[in-house]
Amino acid sequence: MPSTQTADETAPYLAQFEAVAANGASAVPAWLKQLREQAIQQFVALGFPTTRDERWRFTSLKSLAAVNFTLPKHRDDVTPESLQQYLLPGDKGVRLVFVNGAFVESLSTVPELPTGCTVGSLAGAFDSDVVREHLGRTAPDGDNPFTALNTAFANDGAFVHLPPDVVLERPVQILFVSTPQDQPAMSHPRNLFILERGASAEFVESYVGLTDGSYLTNTVTEIIVADGARADCYRVQRESKSAYHIATTNSQLGKDSRFGLTSVTLGAALSRHDISMSMQGEGGDGTLNGLYLVDEKQHVDHSTVIEHAVPHCDSHEYFNGILDGHSRAVFSGKIIVRPDAQKTDSKQTNNNLLLSEWARADSQPQLEIYADDVRCTHGATLGPLDEDAIFYLQSRGLNALAARALLTRGFGDEILKRVAIPDLRGQLEVLLKNWLDRGEQGQGRLSP
Amino acid sequence: MTLLEIKNLHASVDGKEILRGIDLTVNAGEVHAIMGPNGSGKSTLAQVLAGHPAFEVTEGSVTYLGKNLMDLAPEERARDGLFIAFQYPVAIRGITNAYFLRSAVNAIRKQRGDEELDMLDFIEILEEKLKVIGWDDSLMNRPVNDGFSGGEKKRNEILQMAILEPKLAILDETDSGLDIDALKIVADAVNKLRRPDNATVVVTHYQRILAYIVPDRVHVLANGKIVKSGGKDLALELERRGYDWLKAEAA
Ligand SMILES: Nc1ncnc2c1ncn2[C@@H]1O[C@H](COP(=O)(O)OP(=O)(O)OP(=O)(O)O)[C@@H](O)[C@H]1O
Ligand SMILES: [Mg+2]
Repeated sequence: MPSTQTADETAPYLAQFEAVAANGASAVPAWLKQLREQAIQQFVALGFPTTRDERWRFTSLKSLAAVNFTLPKHRDDVTPESLQQYLLPGDKGVRLVFVNGAFVESLSTVPELPTGCTVGSLAGAFDSDVVREHLGRTAPDGDNPFTALNTAFANDGAFVHLPPDVVLERPVQILFVSTPQDQPAMSHPRNLFILERGASAEFVESYVGLTDGSYLTNTVTEIIVADGARADCYRVQRESKSAYHIATTNSQLGKDSRFGLTSVTLGAALSRHDISMSMQGEGGDGTLNGLYLVDEKQHVDHSTVIEHAVPHCDSHEYFNGILDGHSRAVFSGKIIVRPDAQKTDSKQTNNNLLLSEWARADSQPQLEIYADDVRCTHGATLGPLDEDAIFYLQSRGLNALAARALLTRGFGDEILKRVAIPDLRGQLEVLLKNWLDRGEQGQGRLSP
Repeated sequence: MTLLEIKNLHASVDGKEILRGIDLTVNAGEVHAIMGPNGSGKSTLAQVLAGHPAFEVTEGSVTYLGKNLMDLAPEERARDGLFIAFQYPVAIRGITNAYFLRSAVNAIRKQRGDEELDMLDFIEILEEKLKVIGWDDSLMNRPVNDGFSGGEKKRNEILQMAILEPKLAILDETDSGLDIDALKIVADAVNKLRRPDNATVVVTHYQRILAYIVPDRVHVLANGKIVKSGGKDLALELERRGYDWLKAEAA
């Protein structure tokens, strides 16, 4: 009986929610309390998705649902030094650090910003009308049980609100670290970025495990890019190899706005990233880039939805995956072009490089086009390295091993070259190189 | 000095014999031209010399710089100064031309015991070679051969040759697809790179390039064999008479 099973799986979450509500929830405003209560009900009603759900066809949540994740205990032994390698060296911009989902002021820096900017912890901004107005706007709880679960438990994350025409010179760095815990823990970070008309900023959102243990990160990031605004978001997922990482990144783009998301995924046993980008004003331009590197039994799933609601918008989507071991990758890319959205230009590619004969990738483009004067293209490739290319490199003096390494790096670089922050790009190149050399494991871990 | 000595070379692909007994000797300081009808085995010969794994040598021998060439892996041949400008250069996504060229130079330098070049040192050499062959650096930051026009790919092969400074270069139809100016530039580059201790084999369909790169010997390859060899005038004769009169000899 699927319904009973669902109730069993959601019951521990409901119990924990009620325990928290009985405790300290009175500190939050009434609207949020009500929103959370609705959200937990929605989560219980929806339950964990099963593979019978088209959107979860290739990703089973059985193992996730079987773990009893509990709210984490706070740890205050995370040092700035242990976080250095996850941050841009010497950067003078905003730095928001969260440990097990909670903002840690002593590890964070917020330099002086132009007037009218609000940048900091979401928990500190629950009284703000802007938060109340926008929270959940791009990510309704009814759409996805994990979003509902996030809303129910979300008590912190990054909040960035830029007034019209403000330009942040340095990227906003947001780092979420998970520490060792006695029990498998869960955190539900919630981020909200609002860029008013003509504002512009870069964001680097990183998820890092300072443990090899199992835990759940269930995060939601909402980004509102108003008319003429520009947001360039980068995302690096380096969770523990035993972790579960469930993420939603939803954006809404206004007239003549620009949005870019480049997402690099290396960690977690199971990683699922739902990305939606909605083009709601003419002249918008949005790009989604992704690179995933998986090995052993890792499972990575990207589910993207790009909606063209109005005419004259461009969207681009480039996802490359490198798979080794027995890993498994899923990519579904849906592009919806509404009847009004004439002159849409949309391009999607998903390339999967299989380094092992046991790795498997599924790629599913899905075009729903209701307008007639549009250009939508998609392409996917899947397979091992090109033997002719290996030979060509050998004929120029590289040995077969070096040739393979160079080609594999090149495949990853196709995405990394799109990273416009030079220091970040450099770090990601190193990450890619280390991944290829497999020399990266075990660094910077805290003892349990 | 003999650089390359091919004796009775037979090679097949997928069990089908393509080269059926090639004999060819190339000495230092020489330029040889190989001509012949489509499908006669010219590129196969180049690929066999490069060490392409699809081709199986079934008979005969190839000696390069006194070594058995067939004992060497493709990269060892390259490091020993053998260079093939391919008829169909392969596109390599994600790697810029500059990075690729530096990797190739360094692979060869490492072999020779020279220090590897960093990007700045390499760029200096690259600029110098680009000047020698009269090109700008517009293709250097694009992925290797990816989306290059036919002529650009050929020029890129010559640039690699200029940078790698081979002892023996085999140019497989490098002149096809080049415009007249580029053809002169390529020929000029080959001539500039000529030294008494290296040699060039030009595989071509056209007499035109041989007016610039004057060969010491011209060979006709038909049906997997060299059916005629001669001086530079043979190329002119072929231009006039075609190959039919020679095909009979090959059968
Ligand atoms: N990989 C392969 N598999 C099967 N047949 C092949 C392969 N490579 C070459 N051949 C065949 O071998 C023969 C010789 O081909 P090759 O490319 O050497 O000719 P060529 O003399 O270079 O011709 P062209 O002047 O057109 O370049 C042709 O019949 C070709 O179809
Ligand atoms: Mg040929």
